[in-house]
Amino acid sequence: MISGYLITILITILIYAMLAHSLNLITGHAGQISLGHAAFFGIGAYSSAMLYTEAGFPFWISVPLAAVVAGIIGALLGIPCLRVRDDFLAITTMGINFVVEAIFLYIPFFGGAMGIGGINLPKWFGRDMTKPEYFFIILITFGLLLLVDRQLGRSWIGLAWASIREDEQAAGAMGVDVVRFKVLAFILGSAIAGLAGGFYAHFLTFIMPQNFGFGQSIVILCMVVFGGIGTRWGPIIGAVILGILPEISRPIMEYRILIYGVLLLAMMRFQPGGLLGAESILSRTFRR
Amino acid sequence: MTLLEVKALSKEFDGLRALDGVSFAARGGEILGIIGPNGAGKTTLFNIISGIYPPSGGEINFEGKSILRLKPHQVSRLGIGRTFQIVRPFQNLDVEANVMVAFGHRVYPSLWKSAGSVWQPEIQKEVQDLIDRVGLRPHLKQIAKTLPLGFKKRLEIARALALQPRLLLLDEPSAGLRFEESLQLMGLIRQVCDQGIGILLIEHNMHVVMDLCKRIVVLDHGSKIAEGSPEEIRSNPLVIQAYLGKEA
Repeated sequence: MISGYLITILITILIYAMLAHSLNLITGHAGQISLGHAAFFGIGAYSSAMLYTEAGFPFWISVPLAAVVAGIIGALLGIPCLRVRDDFLAITTMGINFVVEAIFLYIPFFGGAMGIGGINLPKWFGRDMTKPEYFFIILITFGLLLLVDRQLGRSWIGLAWASIREDEQAAGAMGVDVVRFKVLAFILGSAIAGLAGGFYAHFLTFIMPQNFGFGQSIVILCMVVFGGIGTRWGPIIGAVILGILPEISRPIMEYRILIYGVLLLAMMRFQPGGLLGAESILSRTFRR
Repeated sequence: MTLLEVKALSKEFDGLRALDGVSFAARGGEILGIIGPNGAGKTTLFNIISGIYPPSGGEINFEGKSILRLKPHQVSRLGIGRTFQIVRPFQNLDVEANVMVAFGHRVYPSLWKSAGSVWQPEIQKEVQDLIDRVGLRPHLKQIAKTLPLGFKKRLEIARALALQPRLLLLDEPSAGLRFEESLQLMGLIRQVCDQGIGILLIEHNMHVVMDLCKRIVVLDHGSKIAEGSPEEIRSNPLVIQAYLGKEA
């Protein structure tokens, strides 16, 4: 039997992988930098928590609804982001993160600094789901999302995103509706982050605003950039490596952010495309 | 047949009059040259026609319908393709994907169709035929940023042709090209025109303009100062003055 410690780490890493994947849709595929992705993770977690504890919805409804709520809010918050680019977009998304965190913190409805407790693992077959079972539920969901991602990569949507990432003005002149495809990226990315938030809330059983702060957004972005921005597997590899690192050696935990920072600097200097980027040592080795 | 009709078009940027009451008409199967000194408003004119900026006043009709309030993607879907003064291919995509993006104008209006696969044999064939036509077949899988300038310009033309346009706006296609390269490009432009596509050509190279165009519009400080055949333009005193300055 797998130990409780191991399964906890596995589930945490899987949720991070899903988050990194969702940010990659917005930042990697459509080229829109976001420094506030944890906001949508939080919106998903709080939505599913409120729906479960306050409205009495079961897990099987509260988590998908959390994705829908995060997707809708992603669309609404995506609209101010459409008018800005690059560094201004980075600041705008950062601002969104601070506002969302502050709303969770200061509005009593959301439990304030105490957060929300009493969220449970789902039930099935008349009993509580075990953690390994929960892991597989998330794994299957993520697998389906990756299949969707593969189709997106081959589709006109993927091509339109690539053109927007390369040159918005030229994309518009080629018939690409820039606004529509950008909003689509924000909706999908936010909805998947919301889904990850729902899974996270039911796993932790207790959430608070600090879980979804700016620092969390940076951790997610680190995973994406470290693994290879814009690649399908890069962000997942990034989540696995950066997720395991602090677990291998406890002392590292204290310096987690420091180590992430140093790794990121090293990556930017030597492998700017990330581990699985087009010109990285790994990709070149395997292509041969 | 009038393809594009521009009437009293004006554009002001923070008090600067970039275009001031410009009117002209372009026909299908004709290359209309647009010349004028730097800062005359030529590129601004293109950016307004292609929907990048709204004009401050005036009208633009394409095939009899106003395109004044349309966004760039709507204008391009109607059948107006363009290239850019400073080339803007999708740098990190290969030649094939660059052209493919523009082929998507048929499916982009439907989100459902847009989710379908790009790489279908019949579309790939169309894309390759087009790339053949501009002479880039050997570079099909080459990343756009690694192409020499002359090839990037052809790629931009291929991309614009993928829209199946009835009007093509070419912004200084020969700028920065060697003599032979610009000759080849002129051949390509003429060939496109012979298919009945109307072309608006901004060009500084007078050899190219005088050779390709039967009609020329001259802009200076945002106003149209002359319109006519190359011979008329060459001998027009206003044009000479705009380019060379007033005689002392």
